[in-house]
Amino acid sequence: MIPRYQKYLFGILLAASLVMSMVLWQLRERAHLRMIAGQDSAPTHAPEVAPAEQATLLVASDSDGSMLAQVHSLPLPADPGSRARAVLGKLLDLYASPDSAHPVPGGGSSVTQVFLLPAPEASATGAASGNVSSPASLGPGTQQTGSQLAVVNLTGAFAASHPSGIETETLTVLSICDTLFANLPRVTQVRFLVDGQPRATLAGHADLTRAYLAAEAAPADGTRR
Amino acid sequence: MRWNKRVLPALIAAGLAGLSAAAQAPPASAGAPARFVVVLDAAHGGDDAGGHLANNQLEKTFTLALSVRLRSLLGARGIQVVTTRESDATVEPNRRTEIANHAAAQACLSLHASESGFGIHLFTSSLAPAQPARFAAWKTAQAAWVTRSLALAGVLNSALLHTGMNVTLGRTSLPTIDSMTCPAVAVEIAPERSASQQTTAWLNDANYQARVAAALVEWRAEAHQP
Repeated sequence: MIPRYQKYLFGILLAASLVMSMVLWQLRERAHLRMIAGQDSAPTHAPEVAPAEQATLLVASDSDGSMLAQVHSLPLPADPGSRARAVLGKLLDLYASPDSAHPVPGGGSSVTQVFLLPAPEASATGAASGNVSSPASLGPGTQQTGSQLAVVNLTGAFAASHPSGIETETLTVLSICDTLFANLPRVTQVRFLVDGQPRATLAGHADLTRAYLAAEAAPADGTRR
Repeated sequence: MRWNKRVLPALIAAGLAGLSAAAQAPPASAGAPARFVVVLDAAHGGDDAGGHLANNQLEKTFTLALSVRLRSLLGARGIQVVTTRESDATVEPNRRTEIANHAAAQACLSLHASESGFGIHLFTSSLAPAQPARFAAWKTAQAAWVTRSLALAGVLNSALLHTGMNVTLGRTSLPTIDSMTCPAVAVEIAPERSASQQTTAWLNDANYQARVAAALVEWRAEAHQP
């Protein structure tokens, strides 16, 4: 025989379970409606846009083999590496435009990364001989100054589609180097990688195994190197 | 021999050779006839096709044809010519440099072709000039010869301008040139264009090729000018 108080208790618990099930069902329906309405994915803050700054681009011309300094207003990030990538992206976007005087396909996405590292001291010939330490070999014993080495990582598609020729390849390499020197004063050396790996030449001619030095850069007045 | 007797003093006067001042200059035995050697390096070849030119022409084919033509023209003038390749063969850059360096040449010309730009592009090494040393690093051996290479480019420029060619001078970092121990210039041939940017001669134009070859030989005559 079940006591009466147990029957009442069972009834109360059953009623509470039913009420809680109904409440839970309603909460589920509300959450489902909120998800469909996209209320949770709506941005709550406007994205931060880097302020536009003046950047000097050394733009090459195939017609006379010259490089002219052009000043462009660009949104430049504060981080130096991202800043260098943004500047080079704009430079390569100019080359990819239909009316470019130095036509090179690929555009700004051809620069994957720009790494800025402490630059080891090197003479002009030492840098050219490949004696500059690789980024991985920079150890605590390496003699360093306040200057920086920029390692530009290009895409393999950019190198594969670059027009072949001494002049056109040299202009591309030098305009990238001189643009970095003009906008990042601490950068004194530039090296290149393609898809993260060393590569002998850009498209069969211009040497990509050496370090290009700021001391060899041309003045930004359009004169040839 | 009469040609050779005229050549050496003219080169010294033009600032090209400076043979007596250079430690790397090949020793000339007393009484031996002076010789003038030109190295012609037809760029690319074999597996390395180089650039793709107009009308499906390959850079390696163009440079080989130009090298053969120049060899004939220079040989006809009594000049000894050493070539880095005589056929469509793969020759590694270091091997090309070895051939040039062993020739102890007075001029090393690396021949290239491109559809970019116009006229003739003359490039010398972008290495900073350095004093000659007994031992030189392989990749920067040209540093001790840069001054003479610039002089050679100047003489070539003058001769090409004299024949009406458009010439662009520049500096570059080219692995083959940077290791050469001789006055070295990379010669890049591009289509000929008028002042209004209209192409007047393509690279496959036989007449243009002949004019370029003739103009490149004329620098020898230019070197005789006082």
